Amino acid sequence: MKKNRKKTGSSDLLFYSITGVIITAFFLIVLYPVIFVIAASFSSGDAVTAGKVFLWPVEFSLDGYKTVFNNTQVLTGFQNSCLYMLVGTTINVVLTMCAAYALTRVELPGINKIMFLFTFTMFFSGGIIPNYILVRNLHMMNTMWAMVLPGAINAYNLIIARTFIQSNIPRELREAAEMDGCGDIKFFLKIVLPLSGAVIAVLVLFYGVANWNSYFNAMLYLNDKEKYSLPIVLKQILISSQIDPSTVTDPELQMQIARIANVIKYALIVVAMLPIALIYPFIQKYFVKGVMIGSIKG
Amino acid sequence: MGKKSKKTQTKKSLRRRIAAGWQVYVLLLVPLIYLFVFSYIPMGGLVLAFKKYTIADGIWGSAWVGLENFITFFSSYKFPIVLKNTLVLAIYALLVGFPIPILFALLLNAFPRKRYAKVVQSVTYIPHFISTVVMVGIIMQILNSRTGIYGNLFMFFTGQTPEDILSKGNLFKHIFVWSGIWQSTGYNAIIYMAALSSVDQSLHEAACIDGATRFQRLLYVDWPCIRPTAVIMLILAAGGIMNVSFEKALLMQNDLNIAYSEVISTYVYKVGLQKGIGDFSLSTAIGMFNSVINFILLVIVNAISKRLTNDSIF
Repeated sequence: MKKNRKKTGSSDLLFYSITGVIITAFFLIVLYPVIFVIAASFSSGDAVTAGKVFLWPVEFSLDGYKTVFNNTQVLTGFQNSCLYMLVGTTINVVLTMCAAYALTRVELPGINKIMFLFTFTMFFSGGIIPNYILVRNLHMMNTMWAMVLPGAINAYNLIIARTFIQSNIPRELREAAEMDGCGDIKFFLKIVLPLSGAVIAVLVLFYGVANWNSYFNAMLYLNDKEKYSLPIVLKQILISSQIDPSTVTDPELQMQIARIANVIKYALIVVAMLPIALIYPFIQKYFVKGVMIGSIKG
Repeated sequence: MGKKSKKTQTKKSLRRRIAAGWQVYVLLLVPLIYLFVFSYIPMGGLVLAFKKYTIADGIWGSAWVGLENFITFFSSYKFPIVLKNTLVLAIYALLVGFPIPILFALLLNAFPRKRYAKVVQSVTYIPHFISTVVMVGIIMQILNSRTGIYGNLFMFFTGQTPEDILSKGNLFKHIFVWSGIWQSTGYNAIIYMAALSSVDQSLHEAACIDGATRFQRLLYVDWPCIRPTAVIMLILAAGGIMNVSFEKALLMQNDLNIAYSEVISTYVYKVGLQKGIGDFSLSTAIGMFNSVINFILLVIVNAISKRLTNDSIF
């Protein structure tokens, strides 16, 4: 018995060491690019261009951030994205919760069929052109509505919310409320919503991130510079390397733009990731919970 | 007579049941209008694939042309190229992207220092939240042969400037797939971590008493417990196989890699909406071809898995 345990111990030790090496390697691979981007964003243009940056800022400078925060393109995009995210996420969450509760009442006629209609959209859709024609016919081109209405209910998120309500709010509670003359709408507002804090947090997170990151709809439907969301501006600067000098107000920075082009990009990447990095620690536990609820009934 | 009365009875009770739940239908009203307008009207718009669209006539007024749009696509020189690129990227991404999160979750779960494992897990799913635009921006900066990590490290170890991998078309698939692994392994592992946390501990204890090593327990206890989850994830992945991350492919495209990076979905966009071309019907037909293949794959994989393992999604 003793011998046996000893044998297991040494063999496990080897396994644990290998495991530790593998997960640490992966951990570093994920972390290092992020550290590099942050370090480069605080370095001087020359240091980045000369490839001197590895782990920490070289020739510390804030030029990149100064340019980014003095750039009207970026600021307008940031404001617009905040607006689209706030309005969009509100619509998403309200509609999804209403539908999710209603769809738990499967004993009513037609509810299962309606659920199927929602689920079906996960696997089949009209595609780019029919959607584009629809948005054009509804006269939503170049308006905020084109950003927030298509995709207002995501079937996957709907399933998460519905599963949560089904498993956390007992049927008996609703039946008792019904006895007392409480209708479904009142029950939804007074009982279901207050008890659904966790799943609402998950929905806010999933929809919020999707709205904040949304690029393709913005590219298709917005063509007025004043309406551009942040991802469009990011695309122009990061990927097409077009920074419009007239949108940089500080004349000194205008001169340097070519020299610090890379630093600007790194600073911009950090700024774009900042909102999510800031709220991430607070929502992390809800996020894992959400993925788990979603996995119960995929 | 009896049949008829029964029918009116059920009709009546149906009406009564609807009336009893009217508030539920009120709650569903706006979501249903939304669903109809933004999901099912566009699906109806798929008839465009069988028409010759002109703006003046609209979707319904345009003339029917049968399968002409599909024939145009299948016989164009682009067809084999975009189909091949789509399949190469999709299958490569599936072959690498499906098992890695499972392995990662199994190893992370088996690691004895739980707090360290927790930190690793929390950090590795952060990249999931990075938007596609920023992700592609990061790829382009970091793989830059002069100023990125790639260039810096190559220079550091060999003293030479490396060749520019971003302009090599045949390397596109590797960059595309492995950057996806970087971004989503942590996130995709969550679902397996969740399944692993519900593994019955008495199975582990029993295996320990029988002298099983941790590695054997991973193979014979942990893995069988998460296999159903893995099957479902595989079905979903196979059903979406033609949905190569469209935004990412579009954003990573440049003149030098276009022969390798043009996939069906980016081609749909270019045929339909990029300036100066705008053939709506052809574009819809190509998009529909893509969706239908996807749907068929989903049904086939689902049926196979139902047969083999009894795990399926419908």
